[in-house]
Amino acid sequence: MSEFEPKVVAFFCNWCTYGAADLAGVSRLDYPPNFRVVRLPCTGRLNPKFIMEAFKRGADGVWVSGCHPGDCHYIAGNYYARRKFILLHTLLESIGVDPNRLRFSWISSAEANKFQAMARDVIEHVKACGPNLTFRKAELQLDLPEVA
Amino acid sequence: MASKNIVGAVMVAGGGVAGMQAALDLANAGYYVYMVEKSLAIGGRMAQLDKTFPTNDCSMCIISPKLVEVGRHINVELLTLTDILSVEGEEGDFTVTVRKNPRYIDMSKCIACGECTKKCPRKLNNEYNENLDTRKAIYVQYAQAVPLKYGIDAKECIYLTKGKCGTCKKLCPADAINYEDKAEEITFHVGSVVLAPGFTPFKPTVFDTLRYNDVKDVITALEFERYLGATGPTMGHVIRPSDHQDPKKMAFLQCVGSREVNRAANGYCSSVCCMYAIKEALIAKEHSGGNLDVTLFYMDIRTFGKDFEKYYEKAKAAGIKFVRSRIHSVQPESGGGVKLHYVTDGGVSTLEFFDVVVLSHGLVITGETKELSKSLGLETDNYNFAKTSTFAPVALSRPGFYACGVFTGPKDIPSSVMEASAAAAAATSKLTPARSTLTKVIKVPRPVDVTGEPPRVGVFICHCGINIASVVDVPKVVEFAKSLPFVEYATNTMFACSQDSQEKLIALIKEYKLNRIVVSACSPRTHEPLFQETLAAAGLNKYLYEMANIRNHDSWVHAGHPAEATQKAMDMTEMAVAKAALLVPLKENVIDVDPTALVIGGGIAGLNAALTLSRQGFKSVIVEKDSKIGGNANRIFTTAKGESVADYLSDLKTRVQNDSNITLALNSHVSKVDGYVGNFESTLSGGQIVKHGVTIIATGAKEYKPNEYLYGENRRVVTQLEFDELLKADDQAVAAAKTFVFIQCVGSREKERMYCSKVCCTHTVHTAVELKKKNPEARIFVLYRDIRTYAQKEDLYKEARDLGVIFIRYEPERKPQVSQNGKNLSVKLLDPVSGHHLVMEPDYTILAAAIVSGQEHELGMMYKVPLDEDGWFFEAHQKLRPVDFATDGMFMAGLAHYPKPMEEVVAQAQAAAARAVTVLTQPKMTVGGIVAEIDQNRCSGCGVCKSVCPYSAIDLDDKGKAVVNEAMCKGCGNCASSCRSDAPSLRGFTNAGLFAQIDAAL
Repeated sequence: MSEFEPKVVAFFCNWCTYGAADLAGVSRLDYPPNFRVVRLPCTGRLNPKFIMEAFKRGADGVWVSGCHPGDCHYIAGNYYARRKFILLHTLLESIGVDPNRLRFSWISSAEANKFQAMARDVIEHVKACGPNLTFRKAELQLDLPEVA
Repeated sequence: MASKNIVGAVMVAGGGVAGMQAALDLANAGYYVYMVEKSLAIGGRMAQLDKTFPTNDCSMCIISPKLVEVGRHINVELLTLTDILSVEGEEGDFTVTVRKNPRYIDMSKCIACGECTKKCPRKLNNEYNENLDTRKAIYVQYAQAVPLKYGIDAKECIYLTKGKCGTCKKLCPADAINYEDKAEEITFHVGSVVLAPGFTPFKPTVFDTLRYNDVKDVITALEFERYLGATGPTMGHVIRPSDHQDPKKMAFLQCVGSREVNRAANGYCSSVCCMYAIKEALIAKEHSGGNLDVTLFYMDIRTFGKDFEKYYEKAKAAGIKFVRSRIHSVQPESGGGVKLHYVTDGGVSTLEFFDVVVLSHGLVITGETKELSKSLGLETDNYNFAKTSTFAPVALSRPGFYACGVFTGPKDIPSSVMEASAAAAAATSKLTPARSTLTKVIKVPRPVDVTGEPPRVGVFICHCGINIASVVDVPKVVEFAKSLPFVEYATNTMFACSQDSQEKLIALIKEYKLNRIVVSACSPRTHEPLFQETLAAAGLNKYLYEMANIRNHDSWVHAGHPAEATQKAMDMTEMAVAKAALLVPLKENVIDVDPTALVIGGGIAGLNAALTLSRQGFKSVIVEKDSKIGGNANRIFTTAKGESVADYLSDLKTRVQNDSNITLALNSHVSKVDGYVGNFESTLSGGQIVKHGVTIIATGAKEYKPNEYLYGENRRVVTQLEFDELLKADDQAVAAAKTFVFIQCVGSREKERMYCSKVCCTHTVHTAVELKKKNPEARIFVLYRDIRTYAQKEDLYKEARDLGVIFIRYEPERKPQVSQNGKNLSVKLLDPVSGHHLVMEPDYTILAAAIVSGQEHELGMMYKVPLDEDGWFFEAHQKLRPVDFATDGMFMAGLAHYPKPMEEVVAQAQAAAARAVTVLTQPKMTVGGIVAEIDQNRCSGCGVCKSVCPYSAIDLDDKGKAVVNEAMCKGCGNCASSCRSDAPSLRGFTNAGLFAQIDAAL
């Protein structure tokens, strides 16, 4: 198979991992350009449906990253995220998605190098999974959801 | 105008964490702040730390929101690279003259792209990394610095010293370099001055036997902190400096330059080293995957703060070895590493090899600060710390001058932050008439209502000079943006953030009737507020804005892949447009604030909080369950500085009773609470209803009743407070007594109460000194585990030893045995040093009984504030918000938070009042914006959202449906992602918006 370039949707919390990605920029630490980042106030805002939506729309991988335990800007949001994530992770396989496509990490806003290493690692793992053909985007042409 | 002019501005000198907190509390209380900082950027020492104890929070992560807040505050004027020349006049109206040194960079033009630094040929030591790596002559202090503007080191710049080079000027895309920049003198007026000059770490160069000067593997703790830091010289990798190999064994040597009266001449304890050494040891172990052996050599372990003792226990459990020994000398080994010689308790002489030795150096006042104190006419102690009294802990000797942080004595971050808030309160106690006279208010036009209009999105793609445009094909992104749904207008701009671009943006919004704006440029974390201000100025609701970070997350990290980077920039812009099209204007509502405080507890903390509030012009009601005010202080004889507590207390009581702003409710407690910040309604036990805007919990603590050492069986065995009462009463039996035994840690630092009660060592040592002074023949024994006379209190410990007080250590496994034979007491213990059993026959045995919490769980439930497992009230953030609760409008002070000596209680009370003032001073509070809302049609009333809300902002109404209190919601979105039926949604981050973003990404 020729080199496949995966699309990975990333959900970062504003205070920690989004900051780490900013710092990686300031430090000019290059990493694969395959990520599309959705900024959330907190990983606690992460509804598992977002992850499912990404896979449904054909994302080859999803990366969720927030603050270290104890560092949450909103006291405990990352703990709630972790619970939801663990549950979702165990369920993914049952709907035909390789759990290796989904990654969760804790990266503080000062850990630009960890961010770079993790970004590379995520892509490597998703590449090993190959393209996500579980859901076909064409068959699921939905209208935009109603305006909130 | 009154006969005397009062200026509603304050100068804060020093931009470290203490100075920043003082500045924010002052500015938020209605005073204009001049913040003077001598370096390029604020942040101070905390910005250099990797982690903070005891939570191991990432230091930069928690300090950077504060940096940004100070940097952007409209009422904080930041004067960097500035020295204070003189302060003339008196409290209320000082004239300050400062010298603003040249930066050689036009701050209004610099975009902090770093092009200049890349090519600057002059390399020199990087102070931020403790000279372990290099920086250039044109530089920023650290990556997250505020202001994020470069500066030129004039002494090192080749152009400025030799007239040649000029590379940076040629390369700067923003034309920001100005080699002609000159120093200027500025004069301004302030009502008072807060000094927060901080410290410098002790330089261990004077100790030639520790070999810091010539042995590479002997480093200081701050150097090691930088090695641990992700932004440090090895990016967090622990190495042996001599050969960069992974070390296997490390040693920390405590008290280097502290508790040492010979070469260093610093008799005081630096207060923080035990904790930071334990922290560094734990983190180092973590970084090296557990393959690291760490030994800490110490004299006394001083883990006296909240959760510190548990941290110490955790370190022991993690395998860190603690050896009680002060190492005299370090012997270098030829192949790297060193050998240390020490003698253990059991008398075993040991020679042990270590790869790295870390010197836990103390905190010292800089020469510059010493000069400043002198020139400003401030009294200092013999270590150059500013002199203060127990009862006015942040007031300096010259009226109108206040201090916080290490300037008044070595202390950790939370204590510094606490003092900073206290200083803000004290510094404005005489400026109340001038409040809000000099502060500025941002005036914005009434926003145009765009509800119901179809989205008309304007897209602005920034070149950021060449930062984005050299990688991303900006014109291509602009063309692509024009093709996106709802996009009415798209263009490129050289610097989106520059003043002229902002004006152009306003004009375009009006011309094209744009009602949603997308800027594809840099990070929303730094620039969103700026663009939002511009939207507001253009008459658009500021929440109709979205940003795509095509610099930090794209051009800067994919420089080698321009095609992919351009594609990514297009996708990111599409994602932003998709979300923007679904944005709706968000309302910010104003709520009234009742300018009254309810202070629960009438001890030293509560009384000081109420008096501080009164001086700021606010009323308070003090609820005291006892029939008299004063609390535990009624029983205390004198302070460690020898001041009479009774005299102070009677003055304090008189002031409170005569204060028309203070109402006392004795013999009462709170029985019911309604409302939230700004509008609490508390019902007292007598049925009285108090309406108040804020609540200060100062319920204090109690002395533990010991159940050992014959306490309660022999009346010559007493607690510290009971002994104080005897001293106060001038008891004849005590005066005639000849032998005293003090037993420390009675009920503290044990399994049931794994914390240090913080005050007992100092109190015992102080009492011992007083007894010895009265009767030099008295025989006094102090039986202890670790003596914890921290900061300048160490002098008392030395004085006690000099006077002949005998200190004997005991092991917790072998506590002293107290027995009685008739009326005679006998105390027996094993001296771990000599190995002998010692027997004393004291007239009095004084037990340093623990301080135990009041276990105010009921009160906590009523106000929705938490308590920790020991029953202490739990603050919003252990480091940076030490007197706030996570729930808005709730504050705490005194022993209810944790045991502490009186000067810290007073400071914390003033701090709680200062924090309360930031709420009370605004007659109306703005709430709303990015907060959650509930669609009650979808709500089944299950209460999941309520249970996951970290701020208690959700309640069930009388129909059993969830409602959000906008005043308490912080917008985390936990509720929105936890509901089974999507009843809650987070404004600004709705499901629809986020789905649109996800779909656009793919």
